[in-house]
Amino acid sequence: MQDNISISIRDLKLNFGSVEVLKQLNLDIGVGEFLVLLGSSGCGKSTLLNCIAGLLDITDGQIFINGNNVTWAEPSQRGIGMVFQSYALYPQMTVEGNLSFGLKNAGVPKKEIAERIARTAEILQIQPLLKRKPAALSGGQRQRVAIGRALVRDVDVFLFDEPLSNLDAKLRADLRVEIKRLHQRLKNTMIYVTHDQVEAMTLADRIAIMKGGLIMQLDSPSVIYNKPANKYVAGFIGSPAMNFFEGQLKVGADPQFSNSSMEFSVKGYQATEALQDQKVWFGIRPEHIQVNTPADACADACAVQLDVVVDLVEPMGSDTLVWANIQGQVLRFRMDGLADIKGGDRVRVGFDPVRASLFNQQSELRL
Amino acid sequence: MAKSETNTRLREGARGTKPSKAWSRRNIFIYGTLLVAAIYYLLPLYVMVVTSLKGMPEIRMGNVFGPPMEITFQPWVKAWSEACTGINCDGLSRGFWNSVQILIPSVTISIAVAAVNGYALANWRFKGAEVFFTILIIGAFIPYQIMIYPIVIILRELGLYGGLWGLVMVHTIFGMPILTLLFRNYFASIPEELFKAARVDGAGFWGIFFKIMLPMALPIIVVAIILQVTGIWNDFLFGVIYTKPDLYPMTVQLNNIVNSVQGVKEYNVNMAATLLTGLVPLVIYFFSGKLFVRGIAAGAVKG
Repeated sequence: MQDNISISIRDLKLNFGSVEVLKQLNLDIGVGEFLVLLGSSGCGKSTLLNCIAGLLDITDGQIFINGNNVTWAEPSQRGIGMVFQSYALYPQMTVEGNLSFGLKNAGVPKKEIAERIARTAEILQIQPLLKRKPAALSGGQRQRVAIGRALVRDVDVFLFDEPLSNLDAKLRADLRVEIKRLHQRLKNTMIYVTHDQVEAMTLADRIAIMKGGLIMQLDSPSVIYNKPANKYVAGFIGSPAMNFFEGQLKVGADPQFSNSSMEFSVKGYQATEALQDQKVWFGIRPEHIQVNTPADACADACAVQLDVVVDLVEPMGSDTLVWANIQGQVLRFRMDGLADIKGGDRVRVGFDPVRASLFNQQSELRL
Repeated sequence: MAKSETNTRLREGARGTKPSKAWSRRNIFIYGTLLVAAIYYLLPLYVMVVTSLKGMPEIRMGNVFGPPMEITFQPWVKAWSEACTGINCDGLSRGFWNSVQILIPSVTISIAVAAVNGYALANWRFKGAEVFFTILIIGAFIPYQIMIYPIVIILRELGLYGGLWGLVMVHTIFGMPILTLLFRNYFASIPEELFKAARVDGAGFWGIFFKIMLPMALPIIVVAIILQVTGIWNDFLFGVIYTKPDLYPMTVQLNNIVNSVQGVKEYNVNMAATLLTGLVPLVIYFFSGKLFVRGIAAGAVKG
């Protein structure tokens, strides 16, 4: 086992009755790494976190934390702290009681408990709240205390189970920054489960995108966004979602993508020479589409030019999302917030095939 | 500007809260129904109280609903300390203390065991938990009468037949299905994450039970106390079967006083004795009504 690996998961399998929730899952998480488990509900991300925490009995496989085999260890012996979506503060105890509960169970001397609580309260700035009961706290304050309860245990690994999902949008953004700051300061290993891709993109060193109990792609946010490994990841990351066109790829000196309503060159897309003719999905992100720029003015950035008809306009203030169609095929793209555009308009859009993604139609894997 | 002035000014017609009529058809119907229902339930109680305060000559006049012309507490005193059952003439007081001695251990033990049962079933999904729970629930639907004779034999073999502790055991066992169900559903309604957090914090089976779950279970404990106190206090069947005359609970003794065929029927003493017997559950309801409703509601919404 390598020294810089904090958590290592080997062939993890979990069945609920006859339902396979996690299948042969392998994952290594480095010391001090911030890993985000991202996926839609029911993909097994929270289940995986509960397995790491020891709150669920696994069917097969092994879990190592800091080189120790903790597969059969109790949650409290694994050296983890956990933060839950619903805060899970003990309602009949004060904030101080909540923070000290785990330490008292572990038999930590009173003096040290007081010191650790003082330090945690200082880090999270919850000193004025120590004597209050959870019912007298706001949502943001409760989640701070919940984070403090993990912090006070002085552990190497933090597990977050959708910690910000119960907060309103503004508080969520604030606490997100705070968690990032906390990670930079403490440099602990953190595993963070969320279904919010903004949280995933902004916080993570690496993102693991999960679907049906499998990790679809594990990589840095930038790679996940720009070079998604398969069609599911491509469609899941990014809002609004990537545009997909079904069609045929013809390789050659000037490789072509074509279907019933469009035909264009994908010259410049990585290593098209090595590919063969095949049925593909062509994907392009809405933010990579240029609008009403003449071909000679933008060079490569809009090498491919298409004529579209606008169906619907969603103004969002900072930018405007436009739903258009090319002979029945939907195309979404972003425009400036002040763009003067309305339904029925005909516009010319352009994009650079280098920024696009091609997926095989059968395997849905990136070409 | 003149235009904006006219826009902000109020127009003629309806404005603000809609007025409601006090004597609307709806109000008459609702309050009328409530009044009739209240009288229906309170009238018998009124007759009992009034009769218990009358002397026998006044009762013989047959004016059931009239208030007492001369208030006397003699029937109450007689019911409590002088009424005869069989050869004992020390009134209901003997039965009262028997009932108290049966009630307190039965209620305490049954609630303590059921709370642990419910907690284990809701939070620690051990192997066979479902089967165990199913058996327990089936137990709640089996008529008591079927089990009377087997229990007589069990108690005889244990040497508890005819004693107070045998009856305590019977009450504890028969309270178990419904109380376990009650506690299990209540603990299941407490967010699972709380239990998980306590496990991460290193608390064990009893640590979580006593420090986290039990302090949160007060409303359901009150519900359980009310159910058990009224159930056990009002029990007649088990009391008459599993104890002997010296140890009869209050209800059995009341029956023996009221249904005695010898001598004159003393209606005022009977009424007083009945009221005395019903007093304990009544007091419990009065003092815990609010918590009772809260506990029931908590279980109903989330359970």
